[in-house]
Amino acid sequence: MDAPALNYLNNGHGAASWLLTRDHKRIALLYLVSITVFFVIGGAFATLVRLELLTPAGDLMSSDTYNKMFTMHGVVMVFFFLIPSIPAVLGNFLIPIMIGAKDLAFPRINLLSWYIYILGGAFTLVAALSGGVDTGWTFYTPYSTAAANSHVMTAAIGIFITGFSSILTGLNFIVTIHRMRAPGMTWFRLPLFVWAHYATSLIMILGTPVIAITVLLVAAERALHLGIFDPALGGDPVLFQHLFWFYSHPAVYIMILPAMGVISEIVQAFSRKNIFGYSFIAFSSIAIAVIGFFVWGHHLFVAGQSTYAGLLFSILSFMVAIPSAIKVFNWTATIYKGSVQLDSPMLYAFGFLGLFTIGGLTGLFLGAMGLDIHVHDTYFVVAHFHYIMVGGAIMGYLGGLHYWWPKISGRLYSEPWAKFSALMVFVGFNLTFFPQFIAGYLGMPRRYHAYPPEFQVLNVLSSAGASILAVGYIIPIVYFGYSLLAGERSANDPWGARGLEWEIPSPPPTENFTVSPIVTHGTHQYEPSKEVGIA
Amino acid sequence: MPNGHSEHFPGPIHQPPLASNVDAIQPGVHAEHAHHPKLQHHFDDMEQQAEASTLGMWVFLVTEVMFFGGLFMAYIVYRSASPEGFQEASHHLNVIWGAVNTVVLIVSSLTMALAVRAAQTGASPKTQVGWLIVTMVLGAAFLGVKAIEYTDKFTHHLVPGPDFEWAGKYPAAAQQFYSLYFCMTGLHALHMVIGLGIMTVIAIMAWKKHFDAEYYTPVEVAGLYWHFVDIVWIFLFPLLYLIGYHLHE
Repeated sequence: MDAPALNYLNNGHGAASWLLTRDHKRIALLYLVSITVFFVIGGAFATLVRLELLTPAGDLMSSDTYNKMFTMHGVVMVFFFLIPSIPAVLGNFLIPIMIGAKDLAFPRINLLSWYIYILGGAFTLVAALSGGVDTGWTFYTPYSTAAANSHVMTAAIGIFITGFSSILTGLNFIVTIHRMRAPGMTWFRLPLFVWAHYATSLIMILGTPVIAITVLLVAAERALHLGIFDPALGGDPVLFQHLFWFYSHPAVYIMILPAMGVISEIVQAFSRKNIFGYSFIAFSSIAIAVIGFFVWGHHLFVAGQSTYAGLLFSILSFMVAIPSAIKVFNWTATIYKGSVQLDSPMLYAFGFLGLFTIGGLTGLFLGAMGLDIHVHDTYFVVAHFHYIMVGGAIMGYLGGLHYWWPKISGRLYSEPWAKFSALMVFVGFNLTFFPQFIAGYLGMPRRYHAYPPEFQVLNVLSSAGASILAVGYIIPIVYFGYSLLAGERSANDPWGARGLEWEIPSPPPTENFTVSPIVTHGTHQYEPSKEVGIA
Repeated sequence: MPNGHSEHFPGPIHQPPLASNVDAIQPGVHAEHAHHPKLQHHFDDMEQQAEASTLGMWVFLVTEVMFFGGLFMAYIVYRSASPEGFQEASHHLNVIWGAVNTVVLIVSSLTMALAVRAAQTGASPKTQVGWLIVTMVLGAAFLGVKAIEYTDKFTHHLVPGPDFEWAGKYPAAAQQFYSLYFCMTGLHALHMVIGLGIMTVIAIMAWKKHFDAEYYTPVEVAGLYWHFVDIVWIFLFPLLYLIGYHLHE
């Protein structure tokens, strides 16, 4: 194919044209590179954790070092990879295109959010390099405020700063979706990816400020000895847990909702069918965002919360499973009797469906008060949330990256290698985390560097799985890199999918659309039309 | 790559899909308008641009409500844990200064609204800048009073920490009250300082004749922010200054 015409990638060269860009597509690529760097850093910490747990004795590192390793793994992966991953990369790139706009509503704020993210990341890396943080990613008080043996302040400032990147991204998405839609792009013609990001943005703007003020109060308590959370100063450490989880439980939905949006798109494109129950999926995203704000107390079942509060939070936690289940049923119904194409994005989507279902169902175990007291703070919890965050969010992220890569880069990648890596990720993931369900149910607590020898078989399985998973993650970095340099050029619509993003060139021109599109119906219209005459 | 459905690939010409999203690619509906010099390239018209900016500020203010909300939550928890202690501690705040500051801020909201109106009606730069400067002077006066009050708290050892001294009842609750007092009013004062910075920029823009009846969004958006900061104070004043007022009349 001929060399592409002027597009967002070749429109301007040199560092300044990237670092000062206001093009949402270039900013998405800035995010793509930086979150990949943080993913590798977070993965390195995870590797050290899994290496230590190969043997029952704490022989590779001291318990203090181990505490820092799992803390830094959690902090980096949650705040610097998972939360920005799909929204800041795929959402940033696709939302304006999907709604027929030239850019997000506030291009300068979009660039600012990336710089804020980098600044926050720099603080956190300084904290990691100058000795690390050992509080766990949850920063529970009074340990984080009274025990001054690590760089809590630096890491807390890093997280505080990065929060504003997330707030600004959410703000930009909400205004863009409200005000920038092309003529005819009504709310119920929006791709479900956009609905999912709208719901995500609601959580970002409503939840993130609460963690910001909470972290600020932790910093004030540490620096100025104001008595907010430390009982020695008259404070209440449980208040910290309430404020922390008021953000951090909805934050799980910041990670999973965009992945659900990706899956909605992939399932339609590779089943060649309209989604089953469009409005149910759209509103279930909003329902998850809203109900998700009322379930945080299930993290406090054993923190001295009253039984009645616990009961309510337990019921509400069950309720948030309903919209998630609606989505899973509707995706399945969409695939049913579709012309299913098993390309690599669809393999990731299938992986997501299975792993998210397991993660979600085990979440119900943990939302049930009686059972939670048994498995609280065990590896069962670790396995559960990795099934959601890795099996769900990262599967969705990788699926989306494979689906839209030809649009983003304008080039194709090696499909056999992509299928192989999808398989490696699926097998490696299950081998890593399924044994942890068993270990946790048998009573192995989380956050210890040594454990009784009877858990060794399960831990060796888990560490072996982690090495397969790592290979599964490294292969895409290689073939995407190769594709960027020498991949075959992609057509506008390499998958035969529907959607505004597939109507414009690959890679898109800087302005996305040379003329504003006028939209006349919803996104994935695959039903055979009368002209084709298929009965 | 997509060997499963090669009929769509690698066609250099985009095949007409079975059913396209786009019926007809037509020029944008607003293409016939003459472009206002302040219209950014990605907006169709000035109205869309103004609506986006004001909605953006409203959404930002929602995040601010949640930000202050965490502090108000802490206030509710600790006040309900020790209501008498909070009333006792509140009595050591100067209600007169607090009331003066409340009036100052409410008047500054009025002058801010007049500044927005001046820009909206295309009044002369002098009028626009005049109202903005009056607003800024009132804001600075508020911060001045706050400085007097803070100094007073320092000299009377009412600042939480090792130097905190409390002769009356409920010393622990009193210290907590003053922790929250400094967090809440401090954060509010920080917002005032940011507001003064924003207003300086807006005043310079107004002086350079940036605003007219068609383009005054920055003034309006700055006004929204200023009113929000005022409203926060309207909540802080009774919650901090007035809860113990009836005790020692």
